[in-house]
Amino acid sequence: MGNPLRVQQIAGVWIGMGVRFITFLEYIGGLITLFVQTLLWILVPPLKSKRIFQQMCVIGVESLPIVSLIALFIGIVLALQSAYQMQKLSADIYIASLVSLSVTREIGPVITALVVAGRVGAAMAAELGTMKVTEQIDALETLATNPVKYLVVPRFVATTFMLPILTIYADYIGILGGYLFGVYKLGIGSALYWKMTYNPLVLKDVFTGLIKSVFFGMIIAMIGCYEGFRVEGGAEGVGRATTLAVVISFVLIIAADCLFTTLFYFAF
Amino acid sequence: MIEIINLSKSFNGKPVLKKLNLTVQSGETLVVIGRSGCGKSVLLKHIIGIMRPEGGQILIDGEDVARAKGRELERIRMKFGMLFQGSALFDSLTIGENVGFALQEHTTMDERSVATRVRECLQMVGLKGIEEMKPSELSGGMRKRVGLARAIARNPQLILYDEPTTGIDPIMGDAINDLIKALHDKLKVTSIAVTHDMTSAYKIASRIAMLYDGKIVEVGTSEEIRHTSNPIVRQFVTGAATGPITTEE
Repeated sequence: MGNPLRVQQIAGVWIGMGVRFITFLEYIGGLITLFVQTLLWILVPPLKSKRIFQQMCVIGVESLPIVSLIALFIGIVLALQSAYQMQKLSADIYIASLVSLSVTREIGPVITALVVAGRVGAAMAAELGTMKVTEQIDALETLATNPVKYLVVPRFVATTFMLPILTIYADYIGILGGYLFGVYKLGIGSALYWKMTYNPLVLKDVFTGLIKSVFFGMIIAMIGCYEGFRVEGGAEGVGRATTLAVVISFVLIIAADCLFTTLFYFAF
Repeated sequence: MIEIINLSKSFNGKPVLKKLNLTVQSGETLVVIGRSGCGKSVLLKHIIGIMRPEGGQILIDGEDVARAKGRELERIRMKFGMLFQGSALFDSLTIGENVGFALQEHTTMDERSVATRVRECLQMVGLKGIEEMKPSELSGGMRKRVGLARAIARNPQLILYDEPTTGIDPIMGDAINDLIKALHDKLKVTSIAVTHDMTSAYKIASRIAMLYDGKIVEVGTSEEIRHTSNPIVRQFVTGAATGPITTEE
């Protein structure tokens, strides 16, 4: 027989791990349930276009300034970093192709999703969380209105629809960032830069990025709303949910990106 | 009529309602009194189907809310109006949109009819011309009144009040009590209020029920409760710190 204290410690570690695992499974189960409910409620008429349009404005239009800024800087940085290598090989002109490919296939969708997750996902968690603690979600139910239909469906539809559009916009701005550096700093001719930007691009490159962004949009809306619904307590609970919404969205977006990139690499 | 039979509920293994039984007659105002955190609001949320019990039945005109789902539950909920403790007005909507919410969502009324009904309901609670304001622009008492207007907008048969006078000054509290009585007389509804404010309870109640340790320990008229011989109820209604109810949580 071992030392009873040691046995107790080991048992404690295993029990702790078990509890965490069960909590994790509960989280995943709850998230999947909310996702399925959302899909089902989308199919139940009426789909209130006014609320979806309001969310589209909040998620899409109001994200334009920050997405523009980030995409422009990323485009410039990408051009700078590739110039660092390409100039050694006297292959400056390929900077345009490198920027356009990496922006459309990878950087555009991911950076846009991360920016929207930070701005919109957090706001969803905070808004729904505050509604939960102030009994507004209970009030919705007493007014015979399903909270998933009223609150989650418009956010889900709007985010899933607007993120690909924002991604296309971010792609253009990112490429513009590279263009500014390539043309005005490295002295590459404008027409040549555009030619080298579009020549290597095929439709598949853009579409793979857009397919990813559709899923990123779903992740942002689901995590933001789910964290909002899970809020317990007062302001502290809302704060925690907001942080968790951003952190979990970031991790899932990067994980989903890895998965889709691998899939597209082998499938196409 | 509302019949609550053997209702049980616990949170994190701690029982809050223990096979609770209670009957509310049509047209009466029943006030449930009890200490903070004793499960009064939990009881209300079970009656309207926001919470699910672990055991027991809640029969609304013979239909069990505890078993109802989907459309059936929505149909039962349509019979109710509820005033929340903090009013629970939707921050993102105007007062007019708050009061007319259920009408917009669940009826085919056109905008003009909804606006007329909203104005009527606001007038019933003593407010007018605030349809375009946001809830954040109102005082606590006004928010309660708007919450009440929202609760009656759909002509409910049953109105639930969760701590109607908590968080507002005594004068406004008395005005809310008058309003509850007036609405009851005018609309002929069945009402259930939960409160720990005895002044309010005596004023609005047809009957008073005391919730203690997860059960209803006494039910009676205001006079019966005022002169009760039950030491638990007597300690509560007189507000004595010493007695069978301890102040330890």
